[in-house]
Amino acid sequence: MNARETGAKVAHRTLVVLFSIFAAFPFAWMLITTFKKTTDLLDPNSFPFGYPKGVTLENLRVLFEETLFLRWIGNTLFVGVIVVLITLLLAVPAGYALARLSGSFGEQLGIGIFLTYLVPPTILFIPLAKVVSTLHLQDSLWALILTYPSFTIPFCTWLMMGFFKAIPKDIEEAAMVDGLSQLGAFTRVILPMSVAGILTVVIFTLTLVMQEFVYGLTFINSGRNFTVSVGVPSFLVRGDVYFWGSLMAACFIASVPIAFLYNLFVDRFIAGFTVGAVKG
Amino acid sequence: MKVADNPSALAKILIAPALIYIAAVIGIPFFLSLWFSVSDVTVSSSGGHYLGLENFRSALEDPSFRRALGNTFLFAIASQVIVIVLSTVLAVCLMKDFRGKWIVRLLILLPWVAPVSLGSIGWLWILDSIYSIINYALYHGLGVCGPEPGMTPCPVWLGQPSLAMLSIIGVQVWRTLPLATIINLGGLSSIPQDIHDAAAIDGASFFRTLFQITVPLILPILLVAVLFGFVFAFTDMIVVWVLTRGGPYDMTQVLASLAFFKGIDGGDLAGASAIALFLFPVLAAAAILMLRLARRAEVI
Repeated sequence: MNARETGAKVAHRTLVVLFSIFAAFPFAWMLITTFKKTTDLLDPNSFPFGYPKGVTLENLRVLFEETLFLRWIGNTLFVGVIVVLITLLLAVPAGYALARLSGSFGEQLGIGIFLTYLVPPTILFIPLAKVVSTLHLQDSLWALILTYPSFTIPFCTWLMMGFFKAIPKDIEEAAMVDGLSQLGAFTRVILPMSVAGILTVVIFTLTLVMQEFVYGLTFINSGRNFTVSVGVPSFLVRGDVYFWGSLMAACFIASVPIAFLYNLFVDRFIAGFTVGAVKG
Repeated sequence: MKVADNPSALAKILIAPALIYIAAVIGIPFFLSLWFSVSDVTVSSSGGHYLGLENFRSALEDPSFRRALGNTFLFAIASQVIVIVLSTVLAVCLMKDFRGKWIVRLLILLPWVAPVSLGSIGWLWILDSIYSIINYALYHGLGVCGPEPGMTPCPVWLGQPSLAMLSIIGVQVWRTLPLATIINLGGLSSIPQDIHDAAAIDGASFFRTLFQITVPLILPILLVAVLFGFVFAFTDMIVVWVLTRGGPYDMTQVLASLAFFKGIDGGDLAGASAIALFLFPVLAAAAILMLRLARRAEVI
């Protein structure tokens, strides 16, 4: 290997390491902070990457026993499961119809539906707050269940449309020759083949629900009803008192496991984002 | 013919529920916000009177609104310019095969997958005024600042307006970089290997290949990545809400967070709708650009 190749290799390694540290440092720091004693946390001169005064599980105990953290996780899962059901029920048939039954108009409509994913909660949360209070859903998880499909349906319809397009048309034609109707071919032949696509929709809907913040902050007022992404930043910080140990533990626990799950599906997700541009 | 066998009737039935839901939860609030912005609706009022463009006029006269408008553009543009450069570098790095690539990819994706509000709290702790790890490194490691007499005091990251803005841009870069990188990576891997081989045979250097072949070829997809990142950064209020709550003295407020504080905390739905609607023209432009990109890619 000549000097130039070695140089390129060193530069490559360095860049990869620097980027990884930049991306992952906050999470590593959360994990380190989780086990720190308060005396270490509140001493600006104590060595930050170690545990000079020893390790403690007190922060985790406080988080699980003295805060509503577990309840927030439960709330998030409750909202997540129902939103997943609504999304599957509406987005899967729509995706199929756009992919197979409506020609080039379907393509246009599909792009139109996808673009509504770009309408951000920050434009809609003010009128929705009024709608929610008119429906007497203020401070209820059902307000979130009602509004979250507004961003999960567009994205998942688009994902499913791409997924169904990749299935060869012959399969349905053969099923229809065997006497199934168009609808029968969809429900009895295509759907059972689409478990992977449906699973992708489930994972993405769950992550989107987990990440949502603006609607949660707007519609929910009492601590018991928060989801985890809103409860942690607004309730573990009381006035100016930060419970850093428990706070960091909560952030780590609520963000890293889902990242592992998501990582398995990420390629499909990106294909959804770039479907138009990659074709060229 | 039965409905189950009639493709176009079936299509309508299968698409209708999704369309109706979207129209109800996106369409209705959108038109409501148009109405709110020209009225005097508050949280507690039931009705409201038509005011014309009064809300927009008073928004434009308000210095904190003008500040927020400027900040919104500054945060979105600055963060996405940095993201374009960094994501291209990172994607080129990740094109090569190396040991442990899957774990690097997992780490790099973390900021995108983790809930933004929680990731931002991680940064809140890193940038804390007293216990900041960065300041610890600056003091104990480099000795460039510190609390002792005669030393420059260490920066209060979120307490000084310019540093607070820099911090917000940094966190926005941190969280949109993964998406742009992965989209870019998709673009890079769609370039046929022959092109790289031909360039190598002709003796093109690494940088010449990068700027004259790779970048022009992935430009359309780079644009997709940037448009998404721009829309997310432009309309975001979470990073600002967690890091600074718009402070110090409303200096780091963005349109979305200002609308939140005014409308939800303050109850002035009309004024807040007018502020949030200023996001709309930029969003519409982004959507049109994206449509044109999608169409052009299909024609090719």
